[in-house]
Amino acid sequence: MELRSYIIRRLLLLIPVLFGITLFIFGITMFFSPVQRAVLYVHDARQLADMDAMIRLYGLDRPFVLQYGTWLGQVFHGNLGWSKVVSMPVWDAIWHYLPATLEIAMFATPCIILLGIFFGSTAAAHKDTPLDHGTRVAAILGWSLPLFWLGLLLMMVFYGFFRGFLPPGRLSIQMDILVNSAAFTRYTHINPIDAILNLNGPVLLDSLRHLVLPVITLSVTHMAFVMRLMRSSMLESLGKGYILTARAKGLSERVVVNKHARRNALIPVITVSGYLFAGLAGGAVITETIFNYKGIGWWAYQSAFNLDIPAILGFALFSAVLFVLVNLVVDILYTRIDPRVRLGGGMQ
Amino acid sequence: MSDWKFMARQLVRNPLSLAGLVIIGIFIIIAIFAPLIAPAPEGHLNPYMIPRDSFWAAPQPPNEQHIFGTTEGQYDIFYGVIWGTRSAFRVALVVMAISVLIGIVLGSLAGYFGGVLDEVIMRITDIFLAFPALILAMAIVTIIGPSLKSVMIALTVVWWPSYARLIRGDILQVREEDYVEAARGLGASSGRVILRHVLPNAIYPSLIMASLDIGAVVLSAAALSFLGLGSPEGYADWGQMTEFARNWMVGPPGEPFKYWYAVITPGVFILFFVLGWNLLGDAFRDILDPRLARR
Repeated sequence: MELRSYIIRRLLLLIPVLFGITLFIFGITMFFSPVQRAVLYVHDARQLADMDAMIRLYGLDRPFVLQYGTWLGQVFHGNLGWSKVVSMPVWDAIWHYLPATLEIAMFATPCIILLGIFFGSTAAAHKDTPLDHGTRVAAILGWSLPLFWLGLLLMMVFYGFFRGFLPPGRLSIQMDILVNSAAFTRYTHINPIDAILNLNGPVLLDSLRHLVLPVITLSVTHMAFVMRLMRSSMLESLGKGYILTARAKGLSERVVVNKHARRNALIPVITVSGYLFAGLAGGAVITETIFNYKGIGWWAYQSAFNLDIPAILGFALFSAVLFVLVNLVVDILYTRIDPRVRLGGGMQ
Repeated sequence: MSDWKFMARQLVRNPLSLAGLVIIGIFIIIAIFAPLIAPAPEGHLNPYMIPRDSFWAAPQPPNEQHIFGTTEGQYDIFYGVIWGTRSAFRVALVVMAISVLIGIVLGSLAGYFGGVLDEVIMRITDIFLAFPALILAMAIVTIIGPSLKSVMIALTVVWWPSYARLIRGDILQVREEDYVEAARGLGASSGRVILRHVLPNAIYPSLIMASLDIGAVVLSAAALSFLGLGSPEGYADWGQMTEFARNWMVGPPGEPFKYWYAVITPGVFILFFVLGWNLLGDAFRDILDPRLARR
């Protein structure tokens, strides 16, 4: 089967999943009584006098299917409700807070993938040596670390002991004022990129200084995961016939490991990048909360803590849709990289 | 049963999995004997609530009365981490038991009967698995109101779909075996075939892997508690105790590590608990993976 028809089929398969996700999210809101949901529309205390009118106005007493239809229509128009903790529409809040999260992810993702692949394949190439055992223990340890605790420890050392060397937040106060002044153009709202585009060294340095700890916190656990996966995939690859052939040809061990074994071992790692996205999304909530890094995870935490229902559901919906799309892209990439994958494959 | 003996020998021989077994053993002992290790003071109604001396905010360093010191709000850290072990096991066992049960029921229905039922059940798991786990759990806890029970419900909702899929896959492999066919030919009912012939031969590896997720469940529960979405204030809960230390990670000028005991202790307990299960899980993965196992 051709790639194009495969993509089309996958896109069609997305429809029931997206439908299910929205139905699930909307179903959750139905746990609340019409009055509780009507309160979300109240902006003026006088409106509380006639809640029945509010309920009728917004059709909150109509049958489930009709309400779901109305809600779905609103979602398609980008109307996810009002986030009271940050006093802006949920949709705007998502776009407002996304750049800060991308900023962290932009540095954390390459760290996780490149270092994970490097350590994992090195461990496999030195199987059963102290190096292998060492990295194995380190990986299990990293995989067991509570993210939030690691963040606190890092802060204790690099903010406390080293007198504010690596502070929390996104930018220091002076830089924040500078960034929001007319002298600085915000192209992407991602600080390091904007700093480079504005040729502003101090801002770049300051934003990197604030990024180090969140990036480490977010990377360690997932790096350990990639490392373990890479190790076992590499071990499998090293046992294959083509490795024997390469060695028999008299190729140097470095070429065998780097060119022949590692490249083939990368394939399973690519399939888990979807999982990695979910891990980063969850990790971002904790990391941004600890470091007071005002990204989308920080906002999600604030909404959850203050019981801001439209905000937390909007965020869940947004991240689920994004997750589904990421998985789709990963699957398509997978078929491109590994020609053995049959595009036609059954529904399993 | 030689398989079991083989497995047990492998686990004890490998220093890493042995360490895991020892760590888990210690935690089980702590949980069982919590009332003896850290007895609740006279007249203390709920032993899961940490006793406090006063409402003074700043943590106090270890002393004779409080051997691990006290955390914010004068909660005794030693009492908290000991009883926190019980809370951890409680949350993990409840979440595990219910999600494995749902996984077995739905997974075997889907795997054994196939067809439309399979399609429907698998599409439902798709929907649950479409959410990043922690975010879905967070949303559910927010909706039903933050509490320890909500955390358990939320984690169960997040965890069951992967078990349903795992068990469905196992069942698909066993379904066509001769002995299953034979049982069916002898006129056994579907329920009997599933319960007596398919399940016992299909799910042990999955059950073992699932039970080793206990560490991961505790880690997620701790994260939710840390975010203030879990147990009520003062409940013996490692995640919450770490949260108490958040305001105290940086000491006054000149003494940056003044409150280290409040930050370090609860985290060490979480780390070791999860580590124990992960060490064991890592060894099991090697044993169960036929490509890497048996030397």
